[in-house]
Formats: sequence, structure tokens, C-alpha cells
Amino acid sequence: MSIGEQNMKSLEAKVVVLGSQGVGKTSVVIRYVGGMFSKAVSPTIGASFFTYKLNLDSYRVKLQVWDTAGQERFRSMAPMYYRKANAAMLLYDITCTDSFYDVKDWVKELKKNVDTPIVMCLLGNKSDLDSGRKVPIEDAEEYAKSIGALFYEVSALKNTGIEDAFLHVAKELIKLYETNPEAGFHVPEQNTSSDIFGSNEPMKLQETNEPVQKQKECGC
Amino acid sequence: MSDLKEAEHQNTSESSDQGEFLEENAPGESENPMLIASDSYENLNYEILDGTSTAQRQTPNTESNETSTGEESNNEEQTETANDVAKKKQEIVPVEEDHDDVNSEHWRSQSKHIFILSEAGKPIYSRHGSEDKLVTIMGVMQALVSFVGDAKDSLRCMIAGDHKFVFLVRDHLLLVGVSSGMDSTHQILLQLTYVYNQVISVLTQSTLCKIFKQRRNYDLRRMLSGAEKFFDNLINLMDSEPGLLLGAVRCLPLDGSVREIIAQSIVQHAKIKDLVFGLIITNNQLIALVRIKKYYLHPMDLHLIMNLVNASESFKTAESWTPLCLPKFDSSGFLQAHISYLDDSCNTCLLLLTVDRESFFTLSDCKSKIKERLLKYNALRAISDSLQKTAYGIQQCGINDLRHFLYKSKSTAQYTSPELEAPYVTQKEKDRLFGLYKYLHHRIHTSGRPLKILFHVGPYETLLGWVTQGFELYAVFGPLVTKTSAIHAVNKLLRWIKREEDRLFILNSVTF
Repeated sequence: MSIGEQNMKSLEAKVVVLGSQGVGKTSVVIRYVGGMFSKAVSPTIGASFFTYKLNLDSYRVKLQVWDTAGQERFRSMAPMYYRKANAAMLLYDITCTDSFYDVKDWVKELKKNVDTPIVMCLLGNKSDLDSGRKVPIEDAEEYAKSIGALFYEVSALKNTGIEDAFLHVAKELIKLYETNPEAGFHVPEQNTSSDIFGSNEPMKLQETNEPVQKQKECGC
Repeated sequence: MSDLKEAEHQNTSESSDQGEFLEENAPGESENPMLIASDSYENLNYEILDGTSTAQRQTPNTESNETSTGEESNNEEQTETANDVAKKKQEIVPVEEDHDDVNSEHWRSQSKHIFILSEAGKPIYSRHGSEDKLVTIMGVMQALVSFVGDAKDSLRCMIAGDHKFVFLVRDHLLLVGVSSGMDSTHQILLQLTYVYNQVISVLTQSTLCKIFKQRRNYDLRRMLSGAEKFFDNLINLMDSEPGLLLGAVRCLPLDGSVREIIAQSIVQHAKIKDLVFGLIITNNQLIALVRIKKYYLHPMDLHLIMNLVNASESFKTAESWTPLCLPKFDSSGFLQAHISYLDDSCNTCLLLLTVDRESFFTLSDCKSKIKERLLKYNALRAISDSLQKTAYGIQQCGINDLRHFLYKSKSTAQYTSPELEAPYVTQKEKDRLFGLYKYLHHRIHTSGRPLKILFHVGPYETLLGWVTQGFELYAVFGPLVTKTSAIHAVNKLLRWIKREEDRLFILNSVTF
């Protein structure tokens, strides 16, 4: 730690990673946070949480990265993970057109449900598989531009582009913070209503819980 | 093989030998349990409304000469119909396209199949083969069930040759188990119930019902994609882990003092509003469980939790935050689970289950503090030591001729058993031993004629099963043991378990 760090400002930002099943969300995150690549990444259950710290300009930035599960059954849970996110990494697989269209659904959903400003970054993963490419780089660029998102093609396997993408996102986060410090950064107290969960109401503990009764019945 | 000598004591005569052990004093008993005590098959009360099985006379080792021995008291007509259809099915099969899995010898030779399909007959899951290639056979299953259903009856089971077919219909799902092994129909039904609960654990019952109400022919595989490994793992577990059969959980053997430190670490650092359960598990064994006073965990739910942790590598990479439904606790909603490993080798897993969806960071802090305290008191070391050395060998009990046993303390819903040793070391022998336990369990719990004690002399070993108010004991002896010496041995064993009960069981339920 240098003396200069004393004067640094801290910024904590929540980054959510979204995208279809199998596009490589976990691989990208692990490559960035852990510096590794594993061929056998197990599908994520719910969401995994990572933190990554970096110093940028005069800021100590702490990224809280939520790596979400891409499976359909977790789809309705997504709001829980992207709520209050400051940045969204939107991943697709350049060899899979459907995964690119799915990103568009995610963007619509984010625009509908997130009311604080959010940095969006479109990531086309598996750029090492250029021979099997289905999503032209121009299409993706154009789309990113239309929604005001950053765009990178990356490869978790070859470790290309990932570092740059996250760094760029961090810079944008700082910019966002400087222009709008109230934009939902690092709020220690989180007590907002849970109405945006829609149909998935959180469970409420009931006074009359079946197990207790059974326990009594058993009497042994 | 068929020549078996059996002696069955019913409740009438208990010799003084057996009376020696006071039942109120069963080893591993607790007045303050943390799990819901469950009887075998208790979970099936829902499915089995009337007294189904007539006492089944056949022994497991006899060659199956029964085609329509009423395992269930369902009328013969039904079984015959079923057999007819089964025969027809066999005739039809060769005509079908070659790439159907049904025609592969490998597929046919599997000893247990589990299928899930929708009410409309859409394939959802098959343990072996690809469900896509099993559309035809699943159609037949659906036809069988709805044919019998049309007559305002329900198809529960059919027996064809040495295969048992067991059917379970729940919430728009049809589950079918086919076994050529030692499982009784009740045991297969229990396994199907576990599989059904696994579906609920992933989706919740409300979601499941809602989906099919909206679209009767929905392809549920979309919602279950990625969950197949939970089914695979669960079904494999049921073939090797007696806890699921017994409705009981195994605890990692630990000194009582260490266990107390672990439980207190959770209590001290995770006393958070809306946190319902905090538990630490390892390798299908429970280390500690802390609960809110009002709520108990059902062993069936705990098995599903263990299955979730076992079947997924994903939790090893980072702290996870995932919805999880515990069907016995509340089948209509999700709890939120904070899941993390406490050690670098990823053996000891901490789960904090809450109803508060916003508490991830609070729970993440709790986890760090719990880990810190466990390190400080060397509790993590104690856990890994206990994991590394085998739990205990049968010779530690010091009883001649006793080869293996399962002991379940009913009040705590926990069980203990020694490591498997020779001759039960090869997979074949392990399976055979488990088959013997299934047989013993089945005979004792036959609903038409439940037994208290069963002494069974088989060609390779002698079995003794004993069920009281407080415990269930299944013991396996060498083949030449007499009834008297077996009973003496079992009494000695009970005393040994009593001495060790602090180490083998969690007797105190800790609450927040």
C-alpha cells in the first residue's frame, strides 16, 4: 500500500452477469477474478458471488460480481440478482444466434425493471471459435450502439478481451459515479419493497407450521 | 437358495434376553430432537390410503414364479390387463425403429429404471437412455395409467417376470419405477416420492401446478434443464445410502464437545432474523444443525439438501445464493440458501437457509465469523480428521460373527452403521448386502403384517431385524449363528451404541 492510497476514494459497485445457459458466464468471471480457465465448469445454481478489487485513477473500486445461472428455471429469480446493479455484463456465444437474441430480451427486461442508471456491456464470448461464428461482429456492434452499451468480443479460453472489458466497465462506473453520486452506489441499508419480484413472492413463515404438529403427534 | 429357515417372533413372546434393554432407554434417543421423527413409509400415507399389501409370502431368493402374486391387493383383473399389455408391448417392440433405446441390450439390462412423464405423456426424465428416444414406451405407460384410471381405479403396480413396475401420479406428473432388484413395491414407491420431491425442490409445487394448469402439454424439461444431475445423483444415492430407506440421517462421528463448539458457532454468529436453519454437512453426513425453535427439519428435506450439495460442483467456486424449496417444510415456496464451503478442500459445507431474500451480505459476514471461530477452536481440523479416518469398523464393537448393522434411533431420525468391510467390498457384494437390508426392512414393515423381530437364515448370512418404540436395528451375522447368540450379540451391540451415542448421534437440538 502506497501512501497515495490514503487519498483514494472508495467505490463499491454491483455487477451482474446475465446471459443464456452455456454461453460461458462463469468461465468469463473465473477467468477475470481467478485468472484461470477450466474446461469442466459446472452449471451455476442460483448465483455465485465474487468480488474483485482494482485501483483506477484515484479510486479503489470494489466490484461485487453476481454470476447468475442461465437455466430457464432461474429466469424468474433474475430480478433478485440484477436489482440495484450498477453494471450488467450481457453475454452471448458468437457461435449461437439464439443466445444473441436472448441478450435482447435481457436488455428489455433490465430497461423495464431497473430505474437507476446502469452501465451495460455486451460481451460476445468464445471468440476463439471464429470458424463457427454465427453472430457477425457488425451486428453486435450495431446493436450495442443502439442500446448505448459497451461491446467486446472475448474469449475465456484464450483470455482475450475480458480484462479490457471489465476495466472499461469500471471506468464507466467511475464516470457515472462522478456525474451522479446518487446513482445507487454502495447503499449499506437495503430495505426496499420486494414488489418487483412479481409472481415469486418471498416465503413467509407461518405461525402454524406443519412439522411442529407432527412433532407433537409423534410424542416419542 | 429357496430353502430358507425362518423364525418370526411377533409381539407375543419376547424372551428375557430381549427384555434386558429398556426401551425408554434406546441408544441415541433424545427428548429434544432437531429432525422430525419419521417412520418408514410414513411419507407414503398419502399414496396408500387403504391397507394395500396382503402379507407377502415369497422369499427374496426364490426364483420368481409369480406373474401376478398380488404384491398389492389390487384386483387381479388389473394386473392381468397390465401383463397383457406388457406382452403386447414386447411383441410390438421389434417392429419399431432401431434407434429406440428400448431395443438396446444395455438399456434393457439395467436393474432399475426411473421415468418421469407429464400427465399428457410427454417424456421429462429417464434414468437410463435419452428420454427423447423413449417416447413410445412412455406413451405406453401413460396409456396404462389412464386406461385403469378411466375405470375410476388407479394403477399402482404390476409384476411381469422378475420386474416390478410401480406407478405414482402426483400433480400432473406420472412417475414410474421399474426394478428387477430386491426393492419391494413400497420401497420403489418411496423412491418415486423422493424423485417427486426433488422436482418440487427445484420448482415448488405451486409453480408446477401453475405451469400445467396453463398448458397441459408443456415440455417440463425446459424448466428442469440442468437439474437432471440432481435426479441422477439422488437415484444413485438411493441405491447405496440406507438413510433414505430408513428415513434417517447419518451424523459424522465427532466428540460431543467439538460438536457443541460447532453448533454454538452457528448460534453465536448467525442469530439473524428470518434465518430458519443453519447447518453444516459433509459427504452425506450431518455435522451440526441449528434451527429456529418453532421449526423442525424433515430428514427427507435434509436428504434433498445433501443431494443438492453433492450433485453440484458449482458451490465450490464461490459463495452461492440460490432459491431452494424444501417440500416437507413448505412445498409452495422457496427458501433462500446461502451455500459455501468452509475448507479449501471443499468437504465441509455450510448452508444458511432464510426467508429474507435481501440478506446475502449479512449471511456472508456470518459465514466468515463462523469459519473464523471454527478455525480458532480447531473444529475444522477435527472434522477433517474424522472424515479421513473411517468412521468405525465392526470389530470396534467387539462382537463375534456380527458383520454389519444399521441402527436407527427413531426419536432423533438418525442412524449409524459401521464401514463396509470384507466380504462386502466389491460392488456386487455391497449391492447384495443392501439388498438383504431392503428385504429385511420390507418384511418387518409389511403393512398387512408388521413384525417386531425377524430372524432369517440365508445361505450366506443370518439376518436379525428388531423394531421397538425407540429404534430399528438390522444386523447381519455369519451364516452359522444361532438365534440365541444373535440376540445376545444384539443386546451387546445396543450397549456398545449406548456408550458411543454421544459421538455417533446429535442428541441435543440447538436453537437460535
